[in-house]
Amino acid sequence: MATKAIRNRDLKRTFITPEGVDLKLELGSAGSRAGAFMIDFIAMIIVLVVVTIALALMAVPGSDKFVTVLWLLGFFVLRNGWFSLFEMGTRGATPGKRLMGLRVVARDGARLTGAAVIARNAMREIEVFLPLSFLGMQTAEGTADTFLVLFALLWSGIFLFFPLFNKDRLRVGDLVAGTWVVQTTKAKLTHDLVGSGYRPRRTFPEHALKLYGIYELQTLEQVLRNEQSDAIVTVARTIRDKASLPDDGDDYGFLSDYYAALCARLEAGLMVGRRRENKFE
Amino acid sequence: MNAPVAAEFDAPLVNATRFRQAHSADWERLEELVTRLEKRSIRRLSDDDLLELPALYRTTLSSLSVARDTSLDRSLITYLEQLSTRAYFQIYGVQTPASRQIGRFFARSWPESVRAIWRETLFCVLLTAGAAFVSYFLIRADPSWFYAMIPQGLAGGRDPSASAEFLRSTLYEGEKDWLGVFATFLFTHNSQIAIFSFALGFAFAVPTVLLIIYNGMMLGAFVAVFAAKGLGLNVAAWLMIHGTTEIFAICISGAAGIRIGMAIAFPGRLSRMDAVVAAGRTAAIAMAGTVIMLAIAGLLEGVGRQTITNDGLRALIGSAALAGWLVYFYAWRPRSAADGN
Repeated sequence: MATKAIRNRDLKRTFITPEGVDLKLELGSAGSRAGAFMIDFIAMIIVLVVVTIALALMAVPGSDKFVTVLWLLGFFVLRNGWFSLFEMGTRGATPGKRLMGLRVVARDGARLTGAAVIARNAMREIEVFLPLSFLGMQTAEGTADTFLVLFALLWSGIFLFFPLFNKDRLRVGDLVAGTWVVQTTKAKLTHDLVGSGYRPRRTFPEHALKLYGIYELQTLEQVLRNEQSDAIVTVARTIRDKASLPDDGDDYGFLSDYYAALCARLEAGLMVGRRRENKFE
Repeated sequence: MNAPVAAEFDAPLVNATRFRQAHSADWERLEELVTRLEKRSIRRLSDDDLLELPALYRTTLSSLSVARDTSLDRSLITYLEQLSTRAYFQIYGVQTPASRQIGRFFARSWPESVRAIWRETLFCVLLTAGAAFVSYFLIRADPSWFYAMIPQGLAGGRDPSASAEFLRSTLYEGEKDWLGVFATFLFTHNSQIAIFSFALGFAFAVPTVLLIIYNGMMLGAFVAVFAAKGLGLNVAAWLMIHGTTEIFAICISGAAGIRIGMAIAFPGRLSRMDAVVAAGRTAAIAMAGTVIMLAIAGLLEGVGRQTITNDGLRALIGSAALAGWLVYFYAWRPRSAADGN
């Protein structure tokens, strides 16, 4: 959990809108990028197979030339157009990327242009298709030797793992096109933990509220929102022990009151410019 | 203020509460609009919704700024971040309509980007010509060079040992049944090479330059074989009908690759990253254009050349095509170019 949070923070990137607000986009992880590509690749193969079979069934004597032309053009469009045409659409994502919740974005915050999409996808030719078709061709001719296979693998490997060697997870195509791939997530508006209006609350002595900072407060928020009883019991016991408060038997009530009091105190600190990040400050 | 005690009881304890009460209606309205936009196209939104969208977006964005500074409610900030991001993509990510983009491409982007890489294009043309001359004179001097340069399959018997009659027949008696297929095959094959030479530019343009040189050498080799049998002018006309367009397209795609390689090697005053991106986007447009050129070349080669056997007409069509491209790319300046958009 903690490592995941840290990793996610590593993938957060400053992204300033024209209004001057930083959206802090989260980059797509290498895993979801690879997953998206595999989905797209399999989808392309399925489309190719289905179209080929359909054309073969359609072909009546005399129409074979027309069908061949269609197939050649279809193959060309599928190979070079699948990624580009989908990414030029309003969603900025291929079906694979959509399934993985990814989206292509221009790094400079401007609108994603067709030129950028074409550039990033034309680079796939040398990243994937060149070694693949080379290998396929040589295998078909029976001339693929160990050296060639190794070379093709090495070549693909360099480009395949390129995203892992730079901090922005850029493919060679992203580098040339000035794009990056970000994670798009949908968060629901959660309920207000503190709530308004008067209700009887526990009060806490000063020393009990001085214990923690913002990081601990937000961890507590997570615990309260997750509503897992064992976590609530553990956290409540820890806080009571540290602040030497008596146990009144209502762990959740205790924690939400403590959260409200600590939040109010830390926010009051913010107002006067004192931001206490964690308990060590 | 008059009843401090009551106010203290009613006032929200933390900023997040106050904030949620004041603005959550706006956020949820924006979320609803954005969700509808994400599911369907922009045309499904009413005019009122469309007018409301930017205002709601800005409200949410300022909520986000304020929340970051004053609130410690993490899930609220996360929600606002993600809602703002989704709205941002809907507002700024939406592409101009396809028809307008295509119009722009032909009217502005394509000729402009080809003009922008004119030095590289000239270099490729000279390289092709140089390689063609070298291989031409090499083979005229010693025909055995031909076999070192051209693979047997590609030559199809058109090598120095072929008879003049056979060579003449390859120029004028084409296969007529499979014209469309032949043209399509040429188009997809050549386009794939054009895309390769763009992508290979990433390796400091070295493979791109090699590709261009090899292309020129093949050209020179074929001309040499035919010229040795006194068919020089005939083969020139045979090549010209589609070759002016095709070789020009290959040169432009090579130039696109070289532009990228040069930007990596010599970024100039820009940072290397910025230089590569600028080069990559310009080059991508030029490269996409060559696919169109190669489609036309494929038609000229696959259909035009097989049906037109008159040398003069072949040369005329080829020259006209070349003149057309030159005017379109370098001479023609649409008036709308001045409006800055």
